[in-house]
Amino acid sequence: MTGNRNPLINGLLKLHITLCLIFIFAPIAGSFVFSLNSDRFPSLPLGSFSTEWYRLIWEDPLVWAGFFNTLLVGACVAAIATLLGFGGAYTDFRYKFFGKPVYLALALLPPTIPVVIMGLAMLAFLSRVSLSGNVISVIIAHGVMCSPFAMAIIRLRLSQMDPDLEAAAWNLGGNEWVTMRHVIIPFTKPAIYAALFITMAVSFDEFAVAWFVSGLNETLPVKVLGFLQGQVSPRINAIGSLAFVSSISFIVIAQLLMRNPESKPS
Amino acid sequence: MNTRPSLFSLTFSLPLLIWQLAFFLFPLAFLVALSFWTVRNFQMQPNFDTVNWVKIYSRSVFWDAYFRTLLLASFSAALISLAAFPASYAISFKLGENAKRWMIFVLIIPFFTSYLVRVYSLQVFLSDAGILNAFLGYLGLGPYSMLNNSFGTLTGYATLCLPLVILLQVFSLNFVNRDLVEAAHNMRCGRLRTVLEVIIPSAKAGLVIAGLFAFILSFGDFVSPLYLGGGNPPTLSIMITDITKSGQQWPRAAVVALTMIATLLTVAFAAIKFAYREAGK
Repeated sequence: MTGNRNPLINGLLKLHITLCLIFIFAPIAGSFVFSLNSDRFPSLPLGSFSTEWYRLIWEDPLVWAGFFNTLLVGACVAAIATLLGFGGAYTDFRYKFFGKPVYLALALLPPTIPVVIMGLAMLAFLSRVSLSGNVISVIIAHGVMCSPFAMAIIRLRLSQMDPDLEAAAWNLGGNEWVTMRHVIIPFTKPAIYAALFITMAVSFDEFAVAWFVSGLNETLPVKVLGFLQGQVSPRINAIGSLAFVSSISFIVIAQLLMRNPESKPS
Repeated sequence: MNTRPSLFSLTFSLPLLIWQLAFFLFPLAFLVALSFWTVRNFQMQPNFDTVNWVKIYSRSVFWDAYFRTLLLASFSAALISLAAFPASYAISFKLGENAKRWMIFVLIIPFFTSYLVRVYSLQVFLSDAGILNAFLGYLGLGPYSMLNNSFGTLTGYATLCLPLVILLQVFSLNFVNRDLVEAAHNMRCGRLRTVLEVIIPSAKAGLVIAGLFAFILSFGDFVSPLYLGGGNPPTLSIMITDITKSGQQWPRAAVVALTMIATLLTVAFAAIKFAYREAGK
């Protein structure tokens, strides 16, 4: 940027950025460090290096059960949310119709509703239709919360597409279905994969609504909430560090998938 | 455009609509009905009785919690917006394109870490014999009580909201016309005055929306006030989890939830109206 340059003020501003980053990342980095620390209540000076907490969660069958629930929920949610989100994104891209703002609001609003309220509403409703207290209820709730993310990601990709491309395919004799299969889906494929991974990552970390509706079939984040309520245990840090690594892997994979085709002319 | 929607268009538009109607809008609407139900012998019965509303609204505990939550969330939104702004300003105006992109990527990372794990980690940092107090002890300060009070709650809110607020502020600052800033400088408008009278007004909508998000997130969060704030006195969201998990008084929890929704809608509309006032200027 041009304009007035005052090294002191610029230095202070950069210092402020650094302080914000330290504030944001200290708990995350701390959790990594504490997970490898022997102390139950870590403080300065830190205790010795230990993999005890990882061993404890490795040997805890409940943690494994939670992990498999999380995985199952995440996979189903990713598939459902991406399918729904694709439909919504394509609808927004292609059609103009009466009530479209309402349609979009309904599709995109869920993340702005506080999770306690979503949790209560879901629990009350799902228990009326006898769907609460199992894995399906978590999948339903996470489907609602994740599809806006999938829709946004795919819509972004669609907006990069030349709208004439679809018309050209129709002119060449493809009907709508064929065009969808051979033009739209291949074009949005990177975004579809990205949406799959991102929604899965969102579902992996969601604990509040899952806590309300999951009953005894807890997912891993709900398990962590249970640890937090019960006795203090650095196992939370070990689980958190593993979950963080897996979430970040999903994001990096999604990023790579989003980026790759850009280098090739499409 | 066809007057009758084709099978093709319905195949793609309907599933999302049906899903969100059935599992999003309907459950929220059901909360309204639920708030008029009654509980007898630990069983909920469909009814139309205002007893839950009367019961909840006549309790001073509820109103204390309500105003406490409102105050905490407003304070959190203001504080986080203020703390975020210098960072967002520096990211948007002082960093090169590459550094800017990196910064945005780095700020997205926290969204994919578990909020619970971060809160647990903060407990270790903030507790009386924790990392921060031990560190301050080396400097001959403290110990300070940072856990189980409003300071703890606000720290938790900030962990939750700060990355999002910075990102939203950066996005809105990126849209500020750089020529305007240049013009202000050319007319010898001082740095601080440029920020206050040129940059902030032209990015106003985005800055207000960022604050609104901080308010919404803080208002609805139950983890920070419970595990960092001590949970006593409770906030509205803690009330909901307590009532729901401790028995069958869900209709009363629904009253609290609906009051929260009404408050959020009021605040959101007021904020958006304020954000886009004089938008044409």
